[in-house]
Amino acid sequence: MDLGKDLVAASATPLVLAILADGESYGYAIIKRVSELSDGHLQWTDGMLYPVLHRLERHGLVASKWGASDSGRQRKYYRLTRQGRTQLEEDRKRWQIVDATLHRIWLKAYSS
Amino acid sequence: MNVAPDDPLEAQIGQWRAYLHRRRAIEGPDVEELETHLRDQVSSLTQAGLADDEAFLVAVKRMGSLDALSREFALEHSDRLWKQLVIVSATDDSTKSNRTEALVVLGLVATVALVVKIPALFGVPLDPNEEVPLFYFRNASLFVFPLLTVYFLWKRGWNAMSRLWLALPFVVGALCVNVYPFETRVMNNAPEPSDTEVLAVLHMPIALWLAVGVAYVRGRWFDEGRRMNFVRFTGELVIYFILIALGGGVVTAFTFMMFGAIGMDPAWFVAGWLLPCGAAGAVIIGSWLVEAKQSVIENMAPVLTRLFTPLFTILLLVFLTTMIWTGRPIDIQRDVLIAFDLLLVLVVGLVLYSASARDPQAPPNLFDSLQLLLIVSALVVDLVALAAIASRISEFGFTPNRVAALGENLILLVNLSGSAWLYAEFLRGRNTFRALEAWQTAYLLAYSIWAALVVLLFPPLFRFA
Repeated sequence: MDLGKDLVAASATPLVLAILADGESYGYAIIKRVSELSDGHLQWTDGMLYPVLHRLERHGLVASKWGASDSGRQRKYYRLTRQGRTQLEEDRKRWQIVDATLHRIWLKAYSS
Repeated sequence: MNVAPDDPLEAQIGQWRAYLHRRRAIEGPDVEELETHLRDQVSSLTQAGLADDEAFLVAVKRMGSLDALSREFALEHSDRLWKQLVIVSATDDSTKSNRTEALVVLGLVATVALVVKIPALFGVPLDPNEEVPLFYFRNASLFVFPLLTVYFLWKRGWNAMSRLWLALPFVVGALCVNVYPFETRVMNNAPEPSDTEVLAVLHMPIALWLAVGVAYVRGRWFDEGRRMNFVRFTGELVIYFILIALGGGVVTAFTFMMFGAIGMDPAWFVAGWLLPCGAAGAVIIGSWLVEAKQSVIENMAPVLTRLFTPLFTILLLVFLTTMIWTGRPIDIQRDVLIAFDLLLVLVVGLVLYSASARDPQAPPNLFDSLQLLLIVSALVVDLVALAAIASRISEFGFTPNRVAALGENLILLVNLSGSAWLYAEFLRGRNTFRALEAWQTAYLLAYSIWAALVVLLFPPLFRFA
């Protein structure tokens, strides 16, 4: 299902932050994780993730370091910073409000 | 991980990398990051049973279009596009490292500032209370252009023999303007330079700019593409120089304001040091900036050309209509002649710079028709000016100014006619745009040769009057 550009863009930040909250990760793994968790509904254009990661890094929400991958290639690993954790917590509250509101509306719509 | 170089997958990935590298917004480490991603994707797809080339295609498709990608990168890293304008990047593997280049440029700027001050040691000072000695005007280009030539010789790496050759025009020019016994008239109790001297002062930079150009193109003047690059360089340098000069104006204003506030007059410093040394240094700094930012952002000169071509077309058309309507002839004075020459030079410049930015393969469009209209109206104006000069000459005889104006108008007339013809051919699809471009760049030589003639031959021909 196509989620539309705006929704994908809006949800990208909390999704990335939430996945990194489970521990350090890298671009390809993040995309795979998102795809798994959304049952394949959330398909990002792969390259687009990187500007998002770089923006988060610039804002100090994530930090990165280069490390070796299993194949021996250099790979850039990202992890959540303390500031990122706070941001994630705020994001979570915002999305819960949206989610709860929609939930109630739809509950009423279907029950009546 | 060692992979045979003839592995088709490696070749494909290599190609993709090369495409990515060409995007200025995506820098080295990002390319690395994206490539690792691509490889991860490919290997997971091949494990799922796809063939190498299929996996590569899918992975590239998932990565997204390079245009969209580099747009996103550019948005996120907008600083990069500007950072590259000037300073030092460690990964740059060009032959001369940027740091050395910065040092060389600083050295040249210091030298040029000193060179400007040398005449003051020999009794030709710059004094704010007196007129600037004519010596400085005669030698203006000789202060700066040789060092600019040195910069390009250093940058392009040239052998010693050709260096000596390039010194020749500067030596000849310096000898001429300083040894020729120009007359000095006295008008209203003030010494007035002779016409031939003023002409020499005006034409010398045009003649010597060719020597700079030869150094710029590394001696291959007849290589069309390089000549065009030199044209682009010249336009950008003018724009940079003007920008730097504006900044210099601000510095000057503050110098006066601040030292005035404590009751001191900084005029001696501004007139004797800041302005002359700053102006000379700005040419070198400007050239360096133009060289450093080459192809990073869109060049300014073509943009200005687009903006002003319609305006000048309208101006010329309205002027011609008014002249025909009222039947007024052009009033031939020296400054009017110079103004008309400058107008025509400007039109040629507009044509030249829009040609420099145009994709020669693109089909004719509305802007091209506008250019042709501009050229034709300039041609008519040129003919009117030529007729006025000719009648003046037949009535009052030859003077250096009239002959110089006549020559310049003829040169521009030939250029404009050639351009008009080639443009018309191009618009009718009978010729390529490249022909017009070649005509314009080939013609550059004519300007410099004529300017050299005015500097070298006019003074003796007109007995230094």
